[in-house]
Amino acid sequence: METDKSRIGSFLFNRSVQGFFYQIITLGLVVLGIYYIVTNTARNMLERGLASGFHFLGVESQFDIGMTLIEYSPTSTYFDSFIVGLLNTLLVAGIGIFFATIIGFTVGIMRLSSNWLIAKIAEAYVEILRNIPLLLQIFFWYFAVLRALPKPKQSLELYDSFFLNNRGLFIPDTVFGEGSSTIFYLFWLTIIISIGIFIWAKRRQNRTGDRFPAFYVSTALILGTFFISLAVTGFPVSFEYPELKGFNFKGGVKLIPELVALTFALAMYTASFIAEVVRGGIMAVSKGQTEAAKSVGLKQNLILRLIIIPQALRVIVPPLTNQYLNLTKNSSLAAAIAYPDLVLVFAGTALMQTGQAIEIIGMVMGVYLFLSLFTSLIMNLFNRFMKVDGER
Amino acid sequence: MRAANKEFGPPVIELGAMGWLRKNLFSNWYNSLLTIFGLYLLYILIPPLVNWIFLDANFVGSTRDDCTNEGACWIFIQQNIKLIFYGLYPTEELWRINFVYLILFISGVYLLIPNLKYKGWVGAFLLIIFPIICVVMLSGGLGLEAVETRLWGGLFLTLVIAGVGIVLSLPIGVMLALGRRSKLPVVSILCTIFIEIWRGVPLITVLFMASNMFPLFMPEGVNFDKLIRALIGVMFFSAAYLAEVVRGGLQAMPKGQYEASQAVGLTYWRMMALVILPQSLKMVIPAIIGSFIAIFKDTTLVLVIGLFDFLGIIQFVGTNPDWLGFSHEGYVFAAAVFWVFCYAMSWYSQRLEKKLDTGR
Repeated sequence: METDKSRIGSFLFNRSVQGFFYQIITLGLVVLGIYYIVTNTARNMLERGLASGFHFLGVESQFDIGMTLIEYSPTSTYFDSFIVGLLNTLLVAGIGIFFATIIGFTVGIMRLSSNWLIAKIAEAYVEILRNIPLLLQIFFWYFAVLRALPKPKQSLELYDSFFLNNRGLFIPDTVFGEGSSTIFYLFWLTIIISIGIFIWAKRRQNRTGDRFPAFYVSTALILGTFFISLAVTGFPVSFEYPELKGFNFKGGVKLIPELVALTFALAMYTASFIAEVVRGGIMAVSKGQTEAAKSVGLKQNLILRLIIIPQALRVIVPPLTNQYLNLTKNSSLAAAIAYPDLVLVFAGTALMQTGQAIEIIGMVMGVYLFLSLFTSLIMNLFNRFMKVDGER
Repeated sequence: MRAANKEFGPPVIELGAMGWLRKNLFSNWYNSLLTIFGLYLLYILIPPLVNWIFLDANFVGSTRDDCTNEGACWIFIQQNIKLIFYGLYPTEELWRINFVYLILFISGVYLLIPNLKYKGWVGAFLLIIFPIICVVMLSGGLGLEAVETRLWGGLFLTLVIAGVGIVLSLPIGVMLALGRRSKLPVVSILCTIFIEIWRGVPLITVLFMASNMFPLFMPEGVNFDKLIRALIGVMFFSAAYLAEVVRGGLQAMPKGQYEASQAVGLTYWRMMALVILPQSLKMVIPAIIGSFIAIFKDTTLVLVIGLFDFLGIIQFVGTNPDWLGFSHEGYVFAAAVFWVFCYAMSWYSQRLEKKLDTGR
């Protein structure tokens, strides 16, 4: 009896046995929860006469979208509206990331400036912008700035080619004439050759220790070929400038005010976070590195290029990608000012019309989920690639 | 010695205000150029702003016609202050909100003053009894008239959503972080999936889900209030972010702490509650407050599903035909209030970080 009891006791208090039971219980609860939700949903959908499945994607959408990058009309399908929304999201994210990076790096470096005033201005920028909700900033740029701009006739202009008014931002369009494809191919060819020059110069330096001015040579090669080929083919690339015709502008590229406001707000807001990332990255490079580089006689610009930036980038890049991802996810706030992004077009209008809440929200969440998982995959690869040998 | 020091001291130009100016603003030609550029930037930004906000602004009056000066029309904010702070909450019941604010304020001040007795009791009161008081006082019951949540709004609603999100998401986040670090594969995989899904999608889709999909998940007849649905969404969303912050703290704990607690025979839960969590949470307090600031800013998104939070009500007040065209004032006011809250939180977290930095 005695031994039996202790055997049962040791069985019950065995770590792995306990663990096994905990897992069974957890799994059971989760499965039960999902089962509960699924049965409820199935019944609710039956009651409301909703058919599950993705058949609705092939149906005519019957609504129009204010800004489309591909051919789209009310007779297009719901799937087309999904693609339009997705492309619009990617567009605003792409432009936003470009400007956020430029502003963010500038402000981040300004914060480290030895000039007190410049450092303080940068600090004020960061502290003000990152402590105000993004949605409020988007509203401000859209309702208080862009919608309050003058009519097309009194628009603000820059060099007679950029016009800003309450209908949006009008910029020149590039027109490619005959022969421009040659220039295009030559341009890419010179870029590939330049990459080759860089690799060759690096190998040569590793072998012999001699430096080769790869940067200047390849810049000269790319720009030189570009301009010479332009001249030889007789300048086939031209610009079409927006012109005031009647009450609105014709020609050029029109960026709708929603897009401009959203990009502005996203770029300025995210830049305040990127600035902190950049500052942290540069400060993470220990002072000894700079001093050691100085004492072996490197010049200031070489210290920056060869010692500081490579080490700082390893710290900067992972949180920087995170900020890019945040910007992309934050672009979904577009819905609040009616910029036709994925959320507004698909999770808004399409959902209203079809009522397929589960499929549509599932697809939209899937897109963002894919983007973040894909980014973190790239990030992990990058970290493995950048790892210094012997580092933990 | 003294005389010698005086004789060979640093040149006057390196000392005092002149020296500071020279060193920090005009150390070489491009720094001087940058300084001049910075001054110019301030010159074109600051005076018009100060004029608009203070000097040329209108403070006295009751209608838009009283706004005769060029600057901001703060009468717009003044006249709508009740809406902006409390939403459509019945005027005769406002004392209930103020009462809750007062309790919160008194206990908050008590906790912030150093070296007072019974802080633990006050903290316990805030965490356990205060929420009950809030529910009863704010939504009604025990003889108080019921106030529907659709009447809640303004800064009050923002504080409710942020407060509930912050308070409830922390324990869930800690549990998720422990789950993700668990040695039991099923638990760890489930927690990882949960965290990554919530972190991978924008809050706005979570809110859309809460308002469109939750009703489908529930059995017949069960219908959650719109506010509660939004709260559940915000809570899970921020719990996932907090889980990652807490996990960072758990990972930073030296292995010796785990081994030592196991060696003295602590069970898993006792080890976590008594040894690991107190130390690792302390380590990540700044990051946790950072998450709280993010939640607070993110509460503005609830206006997308039709709740009138602080920003939503300011947007709404601006569409009142009597007050069209004052959106600038509304946004500047909202920005100032949000900024004060967020900056106070980040200032507090920096102070706490210094205070808790006991060294290792």
